[in-house]
Amino acid sequence: MTETLSHVAEVVPPAEKVSRGRLIGGYLVKIVLVGVFGLPLLFMFVSSLKPDLQIFGDLTSVKAFIPVGDISLNNYSAVFDRVPFWQFMMNSIVLSVLTVVLGIIVNSMCAFALARLRFRGKMVILGIILATLIVPFETLALPLLWWVNKLPYYDGSIGWLDTYEVQFVPFIANAFAIYLFYQYFDSIPKELDEAAKVDGASWFTIYRKIVMPLSGPAIATVAILTFLPAWNQYLWPLMSVQTESLRPVLVGLDYFKQLNTSWGQIMAYASLITIPVCIVHRLPALLHQ
Amino acid sequence: MTQTIGAAHPNPPTVPTIENITRKQRRFEKPQRSQRITAAWLIAPAAVLGITFVLIPIALTFALAFTNAKLVSPQGPQFVGIDNFTRLFGDPVFWKSLRNTVLFAIFVVPIQAGLALALALLINVKVKGVNFFRTVYFLPVVTSMVVISMLWLFMYRQDGLINQLLAQLGITGPDWLGNPTTALASILFMSVWQGVGFHMVIWLSGLQTISQDMYEASAIDGATNWQQFRYITWPALRQTRTFILVTITISAFSLFTQVQVMTQGGPLDSTSTLVFLAVRAGYQQQQTGYAAAISLIFFLLVLSVSLVQRYLTRDKDVKK
Repeated sequence: MTETLSHVAEVVPPAEKVSRGRLIGGYLVKIVLVGVFGLPLLFMFVSSLKPDLQIFGDLTSVKAFIPVGDISLNNYSAVFDRVPFWQFMMNSIVLSVLTVVLGIIVNSMCAFALARLRFRGKMVILGIILATLIVPFETLALPLLWWVNKLPYYDGSIGWLDTYEVQFVPFIANAFAIYLFYQYFDSIPKELDEAAKVDGASWFTIYRKIVMPLSGPAIATVAILTFLPAWNQYLWPLMSVQTESLRPVLVGLDYFKQLNTSWGQIMAYASLITIPVCIVHRLPALLHQ
Repeated sequence: MTQTIGAAHPNPPTVPTIENITRKQRRFEKPQRSQRITAAWLIAPAAVLGITFVLIPIALTFALAFTNAKLVSPQGPQFVGIDNFTRLFGDPVFWKSLRNTVLFAIFVVPIQAGLALALALLINVKVKGVNFFRTVYFLPVVTSMVVISMLWLFMYRQDGLINQLLAQLGITGPDWLGNPTTALASILFMSVWQGVGFHMVIWLSGLQTISQDMYEASAIDGATNWQQFRYITWPALRQTRTFILVTITISAFSLFTQVQVMTQGGPLDSTSTLVFLAVRAGYQQQQTGYAAAISLIFFLLVLSVSLVQRYLTRDKDVKK
């Protein structure tokens, strides 16, 4: 059957010819699109190397996308003088990593119980989790802001506003992550549990030693899907934290908007935020090669 | 199931024995308390966090909407009936924000989903450099919306990059974000530019599940490209389509970051949205009760649209 198919495909030269013309057309469209998606970001990076006057001057020509003229890292050093950049960066990294790691543990444990254990009320819990999937965080943000301000803090005071915890603890439990884990765990053969039980393993051992090691792809998916939103948090830290030293890196961009605007510095700060994320994003592919 | 057990066992027991054992085990397991207790322990952390930070806030959205709760106040919230809603419905900015939110969603959903599908089809070929193109189209997705908004704020200026580019073509561009007629459309264009790569990847994963044999078989039968798309690709993407529809809709309704960074709702409230309005009321003006009322309306809007979408996709299920 396949032999016949490849034979047919071979003896139809006109189709080949058309597809060659198409190939070139396709490349042209793709290259134009590279410009559409890539040039604004290139412009951002190139402008971060220029003084403000030159950024405006270069706008009228293709020089806007080429690092020529008065090129320096002055904007970058100005950024470091103006805001505690590394502090902001550290905060963002710690907050996102905590959200992702604690999220993987908490959500996979919950999903494990739902997928592999038998107890009453399981379907109700699963139903509630699925129902909360369609509630966007934005609907809860303002009541949540009021609510965290009433919660007891571990040192005995009242109110979580303006703390480190308020920025990640509310985002650990994640319905989407539980659902993804649940689906994956459900597809792992249950006979493994029975076999392990016969060998005297506890449920926790089965979770830790059997199911989790088999769930690499699910863990990777959840990690990626929870990292990006955690890194990109903006609305919540903007409202819940005032202290400068607790702020994540994206909220830090606001400082440059408020004081006398220097676009070169804004572009430098924006590049500093963007480059590491691009590297992290390309890392799996690079390692793969 | 029986096969797996049999294969692992040194002297495979007969099928009836296994069924007896499992049935016996099941009967034994059902009242087993240890499993229930283990489950409770495993679920407890997620349950505590979920109840505290999701379920209670959902309940609070409903409850606080009927009170005069303030973000920081020595007094507790007092019940005020539907005062917040009468105030809200009498506020022209609310109606404008509702209109902007709905308009934004109506345009973003088909444009972004359609362009993403076009990109996915364009990329779903085995030619050299496809990975490079895919990466570049995905770059705006990886870049934070705050950064994108800041960058485009500069590009959209009256004397910014876009207008300078248009000037080369002899067109005088408007003050994109300063003009009430173009501001929302400008934010929309930028949002599609940022998000389209993400949905391209999702369409792509759907496309790659379609067997190549179907295309080959239909090519032999003389199907045109359009026919192949219409009768093979499109029906096979049904599940992907539903997912993309729902995710774009919810994120379109939640429009906030772009507005906050670029326009602050202006000019003349032409870019104000429900979430932006709620944040202004609940955070800047500290009127949690009023903000909860706005959030509640927003919640009902998202809920009803989701239900309608679910109904529409289910309807097609039955027909199939």
